[in-house]
Amino acid sequence: MEKYTIIINGKKQEVTAAEDMPLLWVLRDLLSLKGTKYGCGQALCGACTVLVGDDARRSCSLPISSIGNQNITTIEGLSQDGNHPLQKAWVEHIVPQCGYCQTGQIMNAAALLKSNSSPSEAEIENAMAGNLCRCGTYNRIKDAILTASKS
Amino acid sequence: MPKFPFLKNKESENKSKVFIPSRREFLKISTLASGGFLLGVNFQCSGPKGELVTFAPNVYLSIDSDNQVTIIAHRSEMGTGIRTSLPMIVADELGADWSKVKIVQAEGDEEKYGDQNTDGSYSVRMFYEPMRKAGATARHMLIAAAAEKWGINASECATENGQVISTSGKKINFGDLVEGLKDKQIPDATTITLKGFSSYKLIGKDIAIYDNKDIATGKAVFGADVDLPNMQIAVVRRSPVVGAKVISYNDAKAMAVPGVNRVVQIEGAGIPPGLDKPLEGVAVIADNTWAAMKGREALEIEWDLGENQTYSSAKQLDDMLKSTTGNGQVRRERGNFNAARQSAGKVIERTYLAPFYAHATLEPPAAIADFREDGSCEIWAPSQHPQWARQAVADALQMDLDQIKMNVTLLGGGFGRKSKPDFVVEAALLSKSAKSPVRVQWTREDDLHHDFFHAQSAQRIKATLDKNGNFSGWNHHTVFPAIGATASAAELHPSDGELGLGCIDFPFEVPNIRIETHESKAHTRIGWLRSVSNIHHAFAINCMLDEIAETKGMDPVDFILDILPENKDLDFAGEIKGDFSNYGEPLEKFPWNTKRLRGVIEKVVQESDWNKMVSDGKAVGFAVHKSFLTYVACIVEVTNGSNGQIIIPDVHYAVDCGIGVNTDRIRSQFEGGAQFATSLAMSSAITLENGQVQQNNFDGYQIIRMPQSPKKIHVHIIESMEKPTGVGEPPVPPYIPALCNAIYKLTGQRIYQLPIKV
Repeated sequence: MEKYTIIINGKKQEVTAAEDMPLLWVLRDLLSLKGTKYGCGQALCGACTVLVGDDARRSCSLPISSIGNQNITTIEGLSQDGNHPLQKAWVEHIVPQCGYCQTGQIMNAAALLKSNSSPSEAEIENAMAGNLCRCGTYNRIKDAILTASKS
Repeated sequence: MPKFPFLKNKESENKSKVFIPSRREFLKISTLASGGFLLGVNFQCSGPKGELVTFAPNVYLSIDSDNQVTIIAHRSEMGTGIRTSLPMIVADELGADWSKVKIVQAEGDEEKYGDQNTDGSYSVRMFYEPMRKAGATARHMLIAAAAEKWGINASECATENGQVISTSGKKINFGDLVEGLKDKQIPDATTITLKGFSSYKLIGKDIAIYDNKDIATGKAVFGADVDLPNMQIAVVRRSPVVGAKVISYNDAKAMAVPGVNRVVQIEGAGIPPGLDKPLEGVAVIADNTWAAMKGREALEIEWDLGENQTYSSAKQLDDMLKSTTGNGQVRRERGNFNAARQSAGKVIERTYLAPFYAHATLEPPAAIADFREDGSCEIWAPSQHPQWARQAVADALQMDLDQIKMNVTLLGGGFGRKSKPDFVVEAALLSKSAKSPVRVQWTREDDLHHDFFHAQSAQRIKATLDKNGNFSGWNHHTVFPAIGATASAAELHPSDGELGLGCIDFPFEVPNIRIETHESKAHTRIGWLRSVSNIHHAFAINCMLDEIAETKGMDPVDFILDILPENKDLDFAGEIKGDFSNYGEPLEKFPWNTKRLRGVIEKVVQESDWNKMVSDGKAVGFAVHKSFLTYVACIVEVTNGSNGQIIIPDVHYAVDCGIGVNTDRIRSQFEGGAQFATSLAMSSAITLENGQVQQNNFDGYQIIRMPQSPKKIHVHIIESMEKPTGVGEPPVPPYIPALCNAIYKLTGQRIYQLPIKV
């Protein structure tokens, strides 16, 4: 067990964890940030997506020892009160069904819009291919990203 | 006996219940919900608690003196929107201000809420009327109170946006009437007038789901999100083969993992594994999930793998297919198929295979239990059937039901998996053993290895055309391990209930019909997956009809309209050998009507490019299938992608589900249903060798991803004043054969086995 200081949503957090503990479980079990979800543990589904700097990363496969002083943003830190353009677009399009994958989808889309502010449909499909939705909300996700990119 | 699933044939009737409520159960619930619950038994108007007075004319609704309207959602939310749709109905009849309504999730409690088994697409069907009456009763009482206060006639008053209003312009908030309702009698149900459909402001409209913003901001609480003080986390190594038993285990290395506190064996049911029991296993209980996972990796377990250790699903599928060449158990008979075959001008014989499917809800099973020193137990779980979970925990821990409080979280997908309470029982057993709250956390590997799978199936259909080319005979053989076998190893044939899902209710006019089943054993846990055996039945039947049409030189839609009676209520009388459950509803109340099936066919043709057929490298396929009392026709369009893969640019659905309650959620269920069915058709399959599941995660068990998913899904809802029926499952069955038929038109290759390989 080691002590780590990591920066989550702009705030320094001290945690004691095994060095191989994935960031996902640091967030969920040690810091009680439950918006980041477990789906597969193998970076195959995207439910655990967070931002590391401006990049979308699968937190289930990021050991705490690899984080260092990079800025981590989770769904809880994406906006003050749910007013990020993507969150507003998600609500407008009534994207969610069960909702479980949606925080990962939104974080992945947030990274997409940071690197490409007006993506085409094909670019959205490619960028979002790592995020599974078992309920099948893909088309509304696409529409919501297009709406957000225009706002 | 908890109420739940399927399985109702003559042999199993006493062992299990129909998964959809029986007629008797329905009547009991309706009576309770529209009688006792609404009309007095639970009437209460609490005295002042501080300043707050509450008017609660029934268990589903309360109004506080501060104007807060609270509606109880007693069905589980797994993505269908039911947590919004049923409260909408109450609120609309009441005349509440929807934007201020608070929705509270009910505990699992059958005595209080009636049926909470959120399965079988029947929530709206069963509760549309009770919810209207729940809202209307309160409206009547509020209006009577306001009219009395104003000294006017009740007929001069109405409700709107949380107020009673009069024709002369008087207004009063609901909350201001609550105190005066304390001593009022609940009016007799027969005196309650329901609003007409045209005056509804919510029902029949697109209404956003209640949890919309909470989900988008990460605040929504799913199963694993519940945190309790001193909670430990358990991860379980379960029997790799169903029926395997632990001979011994060594936990020394597991206990050496920092954070691991305890290792506990869980006794499984063996064979049959049961629908409500945990599998045999060894649990590692730790301070956090990661430590529990690592501890599990370090466990050393010696297993007696038992009788299923040589099982191969591929070999069984071969055997099942071979069995269909012989005579089976006849489950429906009309005319004389053998005579039709002997005199036929042409016989078409085809076989259809479909694999095991896993539910793969994106949230793997997880449950939290807090077994306390006083002998009570509180549970939080993403359960589709909280009453069954509560009962299963009571049975496993030998407790009384009233010692168990069963809280229901949001479900990160259900599709039938989370009806089964095995994971909830695990949490309760482990909490008792650990003497602390415990969350049992399934990994994705656990979920895929130990699911209650949709059964693999083999079907053989023989169709005859007489010497004049008329469709004269239909002989359908179907074989798949029955759900009932999971609870009773003696179950070797599909139950009447499973055959009633799109097989024995073959609705077409053909003089000779013979439907047969063959034996197959279950070697793994079989369960029900979104639309259940409708999945493989609709696939085989619709693909075969497409071939018959082609043989006859007819357009498939014209052919199907040709063999479908104009306007007939089908009863299959004298033909079906067992029971026809009609999804638990009497045929007089929910007829099997051919005109409504024709209606969706005509609608989907009219709204799509069907009549353009193949042009510019595009092809369209058609299928129609009624399930869960909802009529659906589907047209799928396919094209070739640049590297030869199939692209699905457009899907058209026409749906007749009677009155549409929340039209946005009807569309979303069909949008999602098309995606779900695309996975079943194109990419997903579970196989077993040596009794063990071969797929470990989403690399092996593949779910459709955004680039492969259908691009546009158009949902055409038939305007109807018929009683509402469900939409969670009906989108799945017709989609798969419509896609197969489209692929045939595009590539010339018929599809006889899922998943499709092109």
